[in-house]
Amino acid sequence: MGEKKKKVVKTIKVDVDKCNGCRACEVACSAFHAAPKYSSNNPARARIRVIREPLRDVYVPVYAGEYTPAECAGRDKYTIDGKAYEECAFCRASCPSRDIFKEPDSKLPLKCDMCEGDPTLEKPLCVQWCLVDALTYEEREEEVEEEKEQEELEIGLEALVNKHGLDKMMDTVARMALSKKE
Amino acid sequence: MRYAETGFNLEVDLTRGNIERVESDPRDTELYLGGLGTSAKILWDRVPPETEPFSPDNLLIFSAGLLCGTPATGCNRTIVSTVSPQTRLMAFSMMGGFWAPELKYAGYDKVILRGKSPDLVYLWINNDKVEIRDATHLRGKGTVETAELIRQELNEPKAQVAAIGLAGENRVYFASIEQGRSSASRGGIGAVMGDKGVKAIAVRGTKDINVAQPAEFMALCNEVLKYIKFRNENPIPGVMPILAGLGSPQEMKVHDEKWHTENFMWGNSRVRRKDFWNEEVAKQWAETLDNMRTRLISCFNCPMTCGATISPPGLPTYMMKCFSKLTYTMAAFSDLEFGLGIAQSATEYGVDGFSTPQVMAFALELYENGILTDDDFPGMPSDNEGRFYWLLDRIVRREGIGDALANGTYWAAKQIGKGAEAYAHNNIKKHEQLPLKLSMLNPIYFLMYSTGEKINITQIEGQFPQAPWPTREEREEFAKDWFQVPDEKFKQILLDWEPRGEKSMPYYPTVEMCCDIVDWQERMHYIDDALGMCSGLSSFPLKPPYHIHNYPKFISAGAGIDMDEEKLTQAIKRYRTLVRAFNIGRGMRRKDDKPPENHWKKRFPELEKELLDTYYELKGWNSQGIPTKESLHELGLDYVAEDFEKRGIYSEEGTPSSETLAEEYKVKGGNRHG
Repeated sequence: MGEKKKKVVKTIKVDVDKCNGCRACEVACSAFHAAPKYSSNNPARARIRVIREPLRDVYVPVYAGEYTPAECAGRDKYTIDGKAYEECAFCRASCPSRDIFKEPDSKLPLKCDMCEGDPTLEKPLCVQWCLVDALTYEEREEEVEEEKEQEELEIGLEALVNKHGLDKMMDTVARMALSKKE
Repeated sequence: MRYAETGFNLEVDLTRGNIERVESDPRDTELYLGGLGTSAKILWDRVPPETEPFSPDNLLIFSAGLLCGTPATGCNRTIVSTVSPQTRLMAFSMMGGFWAPELKYAGYDKVILRGKSPDLVYLWINNDKVEIRDATHLRGKGTVETAELIRQELNEPKAQVAAIGLAGENRVYFASIEQGRSSASRGGIGAVMGDKGVKAIAVRGTKDINVAQPAEFMALCNEVLKYIKFRNENPIPGVMPILAGLGSPQEMKVHDEKWHTENFMWGNSRVRRKDFWNEEVAKQWAETLDNMRTRLISCFNCPMTCGATISPPGLPTYMMKCFSKLTYTMAAFSDLEFGLGIAQSATEYGVDGFSTPQVMAFALELYENGILTDDDFPGMPSDNEGRFYWLLDRIVRREGIGDALANGTYWAAKQIGKGAEAYAHNNIKKHEQLPLKLSMLNPIYFLMYSTGEKINITQIEGQFPQAPWPTREEREEFAKDWFQVPDEKFKQILLDWEPRGEKSMPYYPTVEMCCDIVDWQERMHYIDDALGMCSGLSSFPLKPPYHIHNYPKFISAGAGIDMDEEKLTQAIKRYRTLVRAFNIGRGMRRKDDKPPENHWKKRFPELEKELLDTYYELKGWNSQGIPTKESLHELGLDYVAEDFEKRGIYSEEGTPSSETLAEEYKVKGGNRHG
């Protein structure tokens, strides 16, 4: 068994009932991530989007998560409290089936980084700008087994080795290591 | 690089179906800022006074404010300007919502419409791609309905759509342009849009808006947010709830309507019901609002939640804000359930929530007094509420008596004759006003009503308390952290101001003080109209987060224009004077600068004359309200003085010849095809 290790989990709690649909979160996000910082504004570059259908009372602030190269095999629709939400409404992925969470010019995927950087903000800026408290921030500590990560890595590699062969994998890793050094 | 603004306007010639992207002159931004300021310049340059509102030569300008699209909280206004069919003067109505920032992200500051389309069309602005598209299938559709249909048709749920309804298509003089939860509804600009054959403008943009000094600009925004939080936690004591906080009057939140229902007039601005509000009414209205209101909502980038989605039983959902909550209810002597229900139809038809209920109440008053008869109302239901629905339908379709009523009370009364004019009693410059009738003259409000060129009291009042607190201690308490004042003297005026006695209305504040107060109040509104700021965070409430001291910094850091309070005040004076000049060119004179005759029971003609004389002088206008050559020169507006010379405007003696344009106008507005 591996060693137990403390890990901080940063959480943005989203209360859709409190959302007023103003999109200040998108504004703050795009300003924060502009280069140089705050130099430009463009909600289409934001890593949070408010899925908004005012007439059906649908307001869902969604954060950009991991990039995924493939579409889902199927789609889901949720009905909550009698309100139907469109498929993908709650999904965080930057994926081929929709145009959100992609840089409008390059189409490269966007991902929420919790406003980490130089300096890391005490709370993500979107949370600071949400005065109606639809977004609140919480940090909690979780104990994780360090071993687990190693285990997961091995399982992943095993699959790749099975697919491509050990030699090819070794070559690739060596080439990647070399190019990183340069 | 241009900062805060995009530097480009869209010029759309609807007659020829031509679209051009035209770079604007950055020097104009420095002189006139943006929004209303630069639009007023365009109107002055390109719409000569002979231009009829429904001429292809009239322009309809949709403008984002200078700071729209930046992170400045609450900066989301679209300023729509044109020549109003009702007042025949410049109309510059604003709407919040989401449209203006989207236009900026698409790469444009303004959309300038000219000419007339032969068929009903809509404009689709998608970044660099701009199309004029067929809208004949949308004819007669509601405003909210149209927006949804266009979004579906374009498969672009994020497109922001500003649309007219049946009223705009039929050129009703108080037709609105509706968008998101907001509308630009005063002055009948929706009628001009309909006359041009434009059903809607849809826009989607994914480009950047740059700011000149990023860190400084963001620090200013954060300060504003912090102050909003502070003000939300610290309402002003001793004033009625809707004046205590920030934002538009929070009509969607409050249940207690004692003040409005007992102080504002019912019917055709006639009846005051001093004992209307009681427990039973309170309970019933609270239930109505709670049942119909789905959620409190905001405009783009604003935490104030002044609006709401309203779902009346059995009717489609729509969005509402502010005082239209009560205007239909009170015009019809009905209840809130009726008011929120008929407002759904009115929103879809696209009509102004101030003028429309009054026009209908006016019609029924004419009926009750025998000026209109049963022949004018064929098929009208006998129940009160049913009559209002029936009248609304006739008006937006311009059917029967509705054709005259669709021109507003002033023109309708002229058309109907038989003494109907006396019933069109609540207008300023031919435009229906808030239903208020009071006892004694208030000199500050007298000046605002008389000279406010947006012709709507809520669009000039604000900043300075409406009445003095009874005790000096309360006044001191208010004044102690009142840093928004442009000059310390305003604090002293307030401290000395008493509800009764020597230092009370109408002779205190003194004439000079009143002029300064009004000038300050108006100045703040004009800044907002150029920057695209919501007046609910700036010019309208007491102690707002935006004020004359931080605005220059916002403009410097945002637009990269070197700005200070003096330069800003001069810029505002410049385009405010230009609005005046435009209207002077169209025949407006001192005789038009007056409140409704019966607004106050007790009047003070000498004081009123002195007020107007002194205010005109402060503004650099002559005794007829015409900007003088000297003041125009000082503002760099010599081109206006030259035009006035050429037109002989300065050589008029005494009574001006201004009946010309404003009065000779053919009373019959009529149908598009009529």
